[in-house]
Amino acid sequence: MTPSFRSRRFWLPHPLFSLFLALLWLLMVNEVSVAHALLGLALGVVIPRVTHAFWPEEAKIRRPLPLLRYLLVLLVDILRSNLVVALRILRPARHLRPGFFTYPLTLDDDFAITILASTISLTPGTVSIHYDAKANTLLVHALHLEDEAETIAGIRERYEQPLREIFR
Amino acid sequence: MTSIDMPWYLQLIVAAFLLVGAIVALIGSWGLAKLPDFYTRLHGPTKASTLGVGCTLIGSLLTFSHQQDGVSVQEALVTIFLFATAPVSAHMMGKAALRRRLPGVAGTRNMPNDK
Repeated sequence: MTPSFRSRRFWLPHPLFSLFLALLWLLMVNEVSVAHALLGLALGVVIPRVTHAFWPEEAKIRRPLPLLRYLLVLLVDILRSNLVVALRILRPARHLRPGFFTYPLTLDDDFAITILASTISLTPGTVSIHYDAKANTLLVHALHLEDEAETIAGIRERYEQPLREIFR
Repeated sequence: MTSIDMPWYLQLIVAAFLLVGAIVALIGSWGLAKLPDFYTRLHGPTKASTLGVGCTLIGSLLTFSHQQDGVSVQEALVTIFLFATAPVSAHMMGKAALRRRLPGVAGTRNMPNDK
């Protein structure tokens, strides 16, 4: 169903994304002027309009504050994960116990799942490999898998619960 | 304008960031060379290189914020894009590897496709 020409949904299907694109443009040209602001806004209207068909349903961010906290936690974890992986690389390979595990998702929003999968890939020793939409599970590869249940519980508590809060 | 115009402590900080970034990137590349199978090698690029590039960019940001008036924000953008795209490429490569049924190193637990 295509929204009519005059509705807001036709021209601005994703208002926040449009604003983000406009800001991004200003940052990229590294200069604030009326001309660039207008160009950025134009891009902010055109790009979501053109890519609209590829978007899942509009993701709703319910609470911005937990999102900020989530990003901070993520930043710290990325630093930690780098150290952990660097140490594992430096130690002899026979100490490694790589393995796969299946992570059962409790989220159902596509956008939230995408963020969770990216988070898993950026944090200590895990990379998400495959998303099974039918079973609603993520297949994750761990560089060093000691206790499967513990790893799953860790991800659930540290990342999935906050994401549920944010996208509820 | 040369880097001599920077105060010594700023030079020190920038040099430290560049050095740490270079070391982390080196470890990441080394991991790429020595880890035993495709799936474990995926871990190097997504982690070690993001921090390596991140540190280098912070060094660059400090230098150019000092040389030009005002804060140079393009480096921050590069970091954001890197963090947003690295997991996606790792995901796609892992998926392709699964499809092609690449074997994991001996001792990999719960290897999928094992019949």
